[in-house]
Amino acid sequence: MDEPLNLVLFSGTDDRLQAAAVLTAGAAALGKPVNIFLQYWALDAFRADRIGRDHGLAPEAGPEGRAAVAALAKAGQASWAETLRQAKDLGGVDIQACSLSMDLLHLDNGDLDPLVDGVEGVTSFYLNAGQGQLVFI
Amino acid sequence: MEAAEITRTVDAKGLSCPMPIVRTAQTMKVVGSGALVEVLATDPGSVKDFVAWCRSTGNELIDQSSDGVVYRFVIRRK
Repeated sequence: MDEPLNLVLFSGTDDRLQAAAVLTAGAAALGKPVNIFLQYWALDAFRADRIGRDHGLAPEAGPEGRAAVAALAKAGQASWAETLRQAKDLGGVDIQACSLSMDLLHLDNGDLDPLVDGVEGVTSFYLNAGQGQLVFI
Repeated sequence: MEAAEITRTVDAKGLSCPMPIVRTAQTMKVVGSGALVEVLATDPGSVKDFVAWCRSTGNELIDQSSDGVVYRFVIRRK
C-alpha cells in the first residue's frame, strides 16, 4: 500500500470531479497516499471564488444523467469538494496545481481554495508519483 | 455483541459511498487499540466495502447484520 495513487485531473465538470473525489477518499481510507495534479479546467474549478458553483456535467451525461446526479445531490450526497476535505482530514492526500495551468488561467496562489496545497511543475509531480498508478480524469 | 462494549457509534445512514468508510476511518484514528466501533449505514455497497477495508487495514470485522434497510457492522480496532 506504500506506492501512491496519482490522479491527474483535467476536466472541470462536477461529475468527473466527484468520481475523482470518491477514488481519493477510498484510497485515503485504506491509508494509501494520493497525489493530485490539477490541470486546465479542473484547476479552474478549484478557484476559491468558484469551487462551490455548479460546474456542469460531462457531455455524455445527457438529460437523464443530469436528473440522476441532481437526485443524488438532493438526497444529501457530499459535494466533491466536501468529499476531498474529508479525504484530506484522513491524511496522505496532497493536491498540487500545475504551474503551466496557473499561467494559462492567470492565477496566483491566493486565487485557489485552501484544498490546494501548492503549485508545482510536472517533473515534481512525476517524482512524487514514484511507481504508483497514474490515472487521468 | 453487547451494546455496553461499544466504544463509539458511527452513524453513516443516508451517506453514499465512500463516506461510510471515510467516517469510520476518521473514527478509528481517535479511538484506542482494541476499541469496538459500531457502524450504521444504508449504502448497500458498504457490505463488501467494510469486508475489504477491514481485510486491508487489519481491523477486525467481528459482527455484521442487517434489518433490510440499515446495515450494522462492529469492528475492533487493531
